[in-house]
Amino acid sequence: MTAKARYERPLIKKLESNMPNKFGMRTEFEPVTHIDGVSVASLIADYGSPVFILSEQKIRHKFKAARQAFEARYPRVQFAWSYKTNYLSAVCNVFHQEGSWAEVVSGFEYDKAIRHGVDGSNIIFNGPDKTEEDLRKAITNNSLIHIDHLDELYMIQEIARETKQKPKVAIRVNMDTGIYPMWDRFGFNYENGQAWDALNKIMFSGLLELVGLHTHIGTFMLSPNAYAIAASKLANLAQRVQQKYGHEIKYIDMGGGFSSHNTLKGAYLPGIDTNPSIDDFAEAITSALMNSDYRPKTPPLLILETGRALIDEAGYLLGSVIANKRLSDGRRATILDVGVNLLFTSFWYDHKITPAQEFTSYTEDTVLYGPLCMNIDVVRENISLPLLNKGDKVVIHHVGAYNMTQWMQFITLRPNVVMIDMDGKPHLIRKNESIDSIENLEEIPPHLSHFEL
Amino acid sequence: MKIKNNIAVSDNGFVFNPASGESFTVNQVGLDILNMLRKGEKQETIVQQLSEKYQADTAVIERDFSDFQAMVKQYHLHQNEE
Repeated sequence: MTAKARYERPLIKKLESNMPNKFGMRTEFEPVTHIDGVSVASLIADYGSPVFILSEQKIRHKFKAARQAFEARYPRVQFAWSYKTNYLSAVCNVFHQEGSWAEVVSGFEYDKAIRHGVDGSNIIFNGPDKTEEDLRKAITNNSLIHIDHLDELYMIQEIARETKQKPKVAIRVNMDTGIYPMWDRFGFNYENGQAWDALNKIMFSGLLELVGLHTHIGTFMLSPNAYAIAASKLANLAQRVQQKYGHEIKYIDMGGGFSSHNTLKGAYLPGIDTNPSIDDFAEAITSALMNSDYRPKTPPLLILETGRALIDEAGYLLGSVIANKRLSDGRRATILDVGVNLLFTSFWYDHKITPAQEFTSYTEDTVLYGPLCMNIDVVRENISLPLLNKGDKVVIHHVGAYNMTQWMQFITLRPNVVMIDMDGKPHLIRKNESIDSIENLEEIPPHLSHFEL
Repeated sequence: MKIKNNIAVSDNGFVFNPASGESFTVNQVGLDILNMLRKGEKQETIVQQLSEKYQADTAVIERDFSDFQAMVKQYHLHQNEE
């Protein structure tokens, strides 16, 4: 008896002879069957579907490349891991092992950094919401407090007066760097003199130690030149402080916002081909600092708080096909067990998605939906994929940033997160949630504890 | 369902509708189905023959056949039933 042929669902596809696809996106039929040598099938068998996978190897590689890009161009560089990008403890500790400080934006993140064992003096405390309790803790621990508004400045001065401590502070500066939208909701504005005014208040009070200047000009930035403008403006402020008060600013913190390899929605070409590299950002920032007129005895420490560019590519989300269907206009729709609840970033990016098993080269334009009973649960509006069947596995790429902090517990539960170590061994780094994880936090008043139907 | 008589189907899966000028490609399973539809084979026969040739459950083949038929109709390659 002869063996039966391999089945593939029947496909008929119209050949379009009009304008070529201006987006020029490649078709993803090349399967990705392994991550760091571990098979996708075994990861799903062991940890379930969906599951987040992080590659320790990629994180370290990215970090080293970024550090090299800056250190090759500037003598004093310090990275601070942006907790909000991904604050899973295992992830933070990889960055801390590589020498990163912690950059936090809330009391919760601050406590997490302390629990990880980061010395208070190596924690940068950013953000508009620092409670009095948070500030007292940060001051006692000698942390670097980046002041966002005058109310915060006055509160820190009050605590300093009361406790006779001299908090180490910087101000966050917002500015016009020629990009839109201009982020002016955080910190003090450069152009209208708010920043200079705040610096004068700090210097005149004598209660605080002004150690740095900070900016964070935007997110997923595609223009390195905007950073050059920002660095020049901060250097200019540092020079004015030196001239007026004879005080040296010890560090300039350029924040983060560097783009990763993801492709923004509406982009013509894949991000991997068009987005600036970390070297482009490093060149812009360091050149601007070196060319500035600020000339202290020791060059200021250059602090980078980049998050996304260091971890996006190290994250994968593995999922499975739940079903295929046709939409009313004949388009193929595929439902995955991964939705916007886990993949928050699918609101911003056209994520690269590849099958995890072999197919022929036939592909179909497909809408990829998530499993939520909600119309906005769309993972990709249009993607050319092989002829996926129920149960087939897919790999969603570049998901390391923000998804494991902005994920939602909506309708369903959050899945396992696994890190593959340098030797290719998987480790569970966050256990999947159970109904108990959610219900243990709830309380039912006695009069609502029973009902009859 | 029958395919219109004027639809040209090549051996390697190229489909041409001379009435509209539209061209299509089909994969191997799609080609098998089109050829059987052109011969006027019924659904049961087509599903049976495909399940003998390919490694797949009859239920899966049936489901995919229905979907394929719907696409053939959408592209107006079928003969309208009398």
